Amino acid sequence: MAEFKKSFIAALWFVILTFPFVAMKVDSFEKVVTWRWDNVLYMGVGCFFFSWLWRYLLQRKEFSKTEDKNKKSLFQQTLKDRLFSDPKVFRPVLIAAFCVAVIFPFLFSPYQTTIMTTALIYVVLGLGLNIVVGLAGLLDLGYVAFYAVGAYSYALFNYYYGWGFWSILPAGAILAAMFGVVLGVPVLRLRGDYLAIVTLGFGEIIRLILENWDEVTFGPQGIPNIPKPNFFGLEMDFQTTTLYMYFVVFVMTIFTIVVVRRLNNSRIGRAWIALREDEIACQAMGIDTTKTKLIAFGLGATWAGMMGVFFAAKNSFVNPHSFTFIQSAMILCIVVLGGMGSIVGAILAALILVLLPEYLRAFSEYRMLIFGGIMIIMMVFRPEGLISNVRRKYELHGGEKN
Amino acid sequence: MDYFLELLLGGLTRGSIYALIALGYTMVYGVLGLINFAHGEVYMIGAFVGLIVSGLLTVLGWPVLAIVAIATVCAMVYAAAYGFTIEKVAYQPLRHAPRLSPLISAIGMSIFLQNYVLLAQSSDFQAFPQLVPDFEFLEPYTHIILSSELVIILAGVVTLIVLFLLIKFTKIGKAMRAISQDRQMAMLLGVNVDNVISATFIIGSALAGLGGILVASHVGQINFYIGFIAGLKAFTAAVLGGIGSIPGAALGGLILGWTESFATGYVSSDYEDVFAFGLLVFILIFRPAGILGKVSSEKV
Repeated sequence: MAEFKKSFIAALWFVILTFPFVAMKVDSFEKVVTWRWDNVLYMGVGCFFFSWLWRYLLQRKEFSKTEDKNKKSLFQQTLKDRLFSDPKVFRPVLIAAFCVAVIFPFLFSPYQTTIMTTALIYVVLGLGLNIVVGLAGLLDLGYVAFYAVGAYSYALFNYYYGWGFWSILPAGAILAAMFGVVLGVPVLRLRGDYLAIVTLGFGEIIRLILENWDEVTFGPQGIPNIPKPNFFGLEMDFQTTTLYMYFVVFVMTIFTIVVVRRLNNSRIGRAWIALREDEIACQAMGIDTTKTKLIAFGLGATWAGMMGVFFAAKNSFVNPHSFTFIQSAMILCIVVLGGMGSIVGAILAALILVLLPEYLRAFSEYRMLIFGGIMIIMMVFRPEGLISNVRRKYELHGGEKN
Repeated sequence: MDYFLELLLGGLTRGSIYALIALGYTMVYGVLGLINFAHGEVYMIGAFVGLIVSGLLTVLGWPVLAIVAIATVCAMVYAAAYGFTIEKVAYQPLRHAPRLSPLISAIGMSIFLQNYVLLAQSSDFQAFPQLVPDFEFLEPYTHIILSSELVIILAGVVTLIVLFLLIKFTKIGKAMRAISQDRQMAMLLGVNVDNVISATFIIGSALAGLGGILVASHVGQINFYIGFIAGLKAFTAAVLGGIGSIPGAALGGLILGWTESFATGYVSSDYEDVFAFGLLVFILIFRPAGILGKVSSEKV
């Protein structure tokens, strides 16, 4: 009964809180107020059950914390851990996933293939941001700015100088990395919070410049007719191009996974994780924190730049509207949902967040609301994400045998 | 000369608004060491509540003065309630989490609130009634200053003084200062930290709500996105003056307001926001602690 009362009070509070927003709609020209009482009812019932769930989850979180301490479950492996640490288990899964990805475009229509290409682009973006946020612990809220730099470098170099896709791919990446370093140098010496806000501002600045600098970027109209990449000068029809684009992005995804995996286990990767966990201790161990942060930031930007070039090629059209804060938020949401520093998590989360709104049209209106909600709920209840990164640790095996 | 004066007073108006919002950032930062990204959204919520309440009362045919008073009070109360709830939902469970977690949940809260208002109300700009009447004694000077601008400046000054006295002389102010110095020690000495943090959020959010309704009635239109840019700029103001310091927020707000006002007046109005962020980056390079802030190194 006490639980019932608590939920009731919470629901009442939220109904009062949301009342003017959901119940009324005022038209100040016509001087009419539209009342929407049904919304209030939904809100109340929804909040009632949600607060129940919220408290249940909080309790479970507390419980599992004490559980861990009591049982010393260090040596017990859960099913999930086994899936990712035992090669006998994860190799077949990996191969199966690879095969599905390869035959996917032959089984489904070009439309589906295009959606999948978009999803893969987000996978790579998620992995790129994962280096910055997940590994190094730097909150970058303007990631889309580097994406925009990549996309516009393809569009503009192609428009003014006629450069092709393959020559701009590295150029776009380098350009984005340069932007990252230039932005990073002043800010990375400071505490993480400043980085968040400066990157947020930077993202807006890039978009404003793209929108207002009409002579070069054509402002809000954008730049159309960007050529798709070609395969040794071969002419291709629409269907083959879609297919080709898919495989190019797919290869890029594999490349990214390999690179991020290698980075994860390298000296610099461990330095990033140390930096994320405790900056002062990390400094005391002799790691140059500014340099380490700068590398992470620059590398993250490089990936965004490259994917920007892909994006421009895939859509064959760019305008500033594709590079709003919403995009940054979505990529961040991928990292948060997937789990900080976790590669499998980022891939899974990107697929979920891109494909679900695509196939559930009714739900796409609430997309951003859900992204915001996911970020809060994940942070409160499961900060390690869907699939937590397997931490490198030294274990004293043999405890069970004795 | 008139143009200069206009820009000067325009800058002062902007500065007062930024200061009003920046106070919330600075207070929360002082107490929790956290950037409350959702603060700009609280400002937007205040503006919307003002719009809805004043619209409702206009339809019901209440006298103008009552509408202004009730709408303002409602905006502040609702903003305060939202601030309180935001803290309870998104920050309190993360009090002992790593630094990155509350930052991410704050940005999530900001996105959530924006889209909640977008879905519940409308994505278009909505006309906001002019709440502040035209004062007669300002008649000859309307090309320099509007009555709504005068009200904003006055509100800014009064709030600053009240808040300054509150922090300096009341018990809760003392508790806030104690927590910002050393939370653990304050707890040991019998300060109810949770209550003080809630109070901080309530006061800061109420000020943001006041700012929201004042600006909305000055500008004449609002949409769900206004909190984002306003929040960013107010944060810039807070950093400029030295985050954690109340006079700093006021000073930062003024400098930012004038910079923007003169830069848009004499250079170009397309890049209004670019000037503000340029200033932020510039400050962070040369004086990261802000103008009135103290340089301190983090200790273990």
